[in-house]
Amino acid sequence: MSRFTKEMETRAFELLALYPEKRSATIPLCHLAQEQNGYLTEESMVQIADLVGTTPAEVLGAASFYDMLHTEPVGKYVVGVCTNIACLLQGGEELLGHAEEKLGIATGATTDDGMFTLEDMECIAHCDHAPALQVNYRFFGPLTNDGFDALVDDLSAGKLESEVPPHGTLSRVQRKHPIAVPLEEIVRHRRDSDAKEGERLAAKAATEAKEGSN
Amino acid sequence: MPLPPLKIVSARANDPKNVTLDGYLANGGYQGLKKAVLEMNPEDVRDQVMQASLLGRGGAGFEAGRKWSMLKKSDIRYLVINGDESEPATFKDHMLVESDPHQLVEGALIAGYAIGAARVFIFLRGEFALGFERVQNAINEAYDYGAIGRDIFGSKFSIDLVLHPGAGAYICGEETSLLESLEGKRGFPRIKPPYFPAVIGLYGKPTIVNNVETVANLPWIVKNGSSSFTDLGAGRSRGTRMFALSGQVNRPGTYELEMAKNTFRDIIFDPEFGGGLRPGRSLKAIIPGGVSAPWLGPDQLDVVLGQDEVAAVGSMLGSGSIIVMDDSTCMVRAAWRISKFFARESCGQCTPCREGGSWIEKVMNRIESGAGREEDLDLLMDLCDNIVPGVSWPPQQTTICVLGPSIPSSVAVSIKMFRDEYLTHIKEGGCPYD
Repeated sequence: MSRFTKEMETRAFELLALYPEKRSATIPLCHLAQEQNGYLTEESMVQIADLVGTTPAEVLGAASFYDMLHTEPVGKYVVGVCTNIACLLQGGEELLGHAEEKLGIATGATTDDGMFTLEDMECIAHCDHAPALQVNYRFFGPLTNDGFDALVDDLSAGKLESEVPPHGTLSRVQRKHPIAVPLEEIVRHRRDSDAKEGERLAAKAATEAKEGSN
Repeated sequence: MPLPPLKIVSARANDPKNVTLDGYLANGGYQGLKKAVLEMNPEDVRDQVMQASLLGRGGAGFEAGRKWSMLKKSDIRYLVINGDESEPATFKDHMLVESDPHQLVEGALIAGYAIGAARVFIFLRGEFALGFERVQNAINEAYDYGAIGRDIFGSKFSIDLVLHPGAGAYICGEETSLLESLEGKRGFPRIKPPYFPAVIGLYGKPTIVNNVETVANLPWIVKNGSSSFTDLGAGRSRGTRMFALSGQVNRPGTYELEMAKNTFRDIIFDPEFGGGLRPGRSLKAIIPGGVSAPWLGPDQLDVVLGQDEVAAVGSMLGSGSIIVMDDSTCMVRAAWRISKFFARESCGQCTPCREGGSWIEKVMNRIESGAGREEDLDLLMDLCDNIVPGVSWPPQQTTICVLGPSIPSSVAVSIKMFRDEYLTHIKEGGCPYD
């Protein structure tokens, strides 16, 4: 069963309540489903569609657009090696080649034990640590081949579990506060403050016009 | 000689305690927001920002104050902070969100107050997991501190702020694509003009989209006044700018420099900054402002790092990134990799970008891998011309957004600057740098 557990469902409702329109929660909920299941299952997408008030096809349409959302199972650790220009200049492609060798898989594939998926990433904004990579979107770099091997060995041995949560967990810090002021109340406030601002600006313009005519 | 760095947005970046509320307060945090909501009217804040000549730090360099002034009057209007930093070799916002999350929150709230936003959303690139955790923690602390929520700091101003994750798509840095994504859809850019987000934005409501670094300047501007800000810089380029230096340079990193006072030579070669190239290497080309920008050569090292100064030599300051390439770099390979990036990241809505981008990548790949033909250079220029008529700079827009028109520049400029290198690939049937 890949539907949200009770606890995750509570978090899903908290996320939905943050947006004026529920559909905005689509991507946060996709991340949440990945946190629970490691990837986005069909069942999850059906449930998310139901929660945000759209169709499963729309959820799949959105999910398939984004690189971080995986609609097929991936490894516990998704290793994304950057090969974009800044890393290319510092050996990013060679690092990716070495990663294929070390993990024994082609780019895009997952190891048989389900531990690692290897990806070729576009710029991850860690260019001053090139060649750089991410494991489950946590940064590492600059990496030599030996450094890569040590990283993989540490991940395999469970030594980095506090730094790198399993794939799908975007943030280990959750929002603590619900929306404090309902949108309808904000709208009333803004109407009042806009009216006052209008009066101030009109008074200012009148003063300036008066000064101008003197 | 470059001037000693004056820091505004990165002033606290090296203090590890700064990521918490206590650390940020000890460093003078939230004074700008307090001053704004307790002592200033929203229009006063807008005036300060207008007078500061704060150019948007996302890439286009449009004045923030002018952007705000275009916001359509409406009972509901939104503020969205663009933290989807994905431009290749641009990593200043990555640094800012991780090292100073409260500054981002404070700046976003000041902007929200100035424009009377009904709610503020910070759209943060999904790949910034650590940044997300830090900004979420900062938001949690700021609510408890009374900086977000009902009657902030005892004023009559109430507002909520929501941190929203991206999910990996370069195109979402384009502001209308970002809004589509925030609405839960594919990041397809919207057709504009006539309706810019300031008129029809998030959920069809007037919306301002500001970059992370842009709003990070606001606490300082409000606290110190716009004239302190305009004391720095020159011409239209005021204050400081974050530069992200990468590539074949000894000290890659982010450097905050006064605007329009330093040159490419300063940032690349000064020991305080880039520290020059590796021993025995010489400079071959620079890519300023993101990979959409035309490259510069060693003869342009003395161009001043200002918005109009870089534009005057036919390129752009853009996102503030500077990629250094030395003489060990294959220019065909560099240009090919950039074309591959655009081909991958095209959203697919417009034919010139979707088809043209992938055709260019294929031809570039053919040349780099040794199967190129001499007529491929004309073919490439023809493809470029089909995306951007005349291969002009700034490019003529033939597509919904500027991604497509950005494709030709690195290809066309590298052929222009390094034609011989292309020909060597073709004649020798391979890359001479392999």
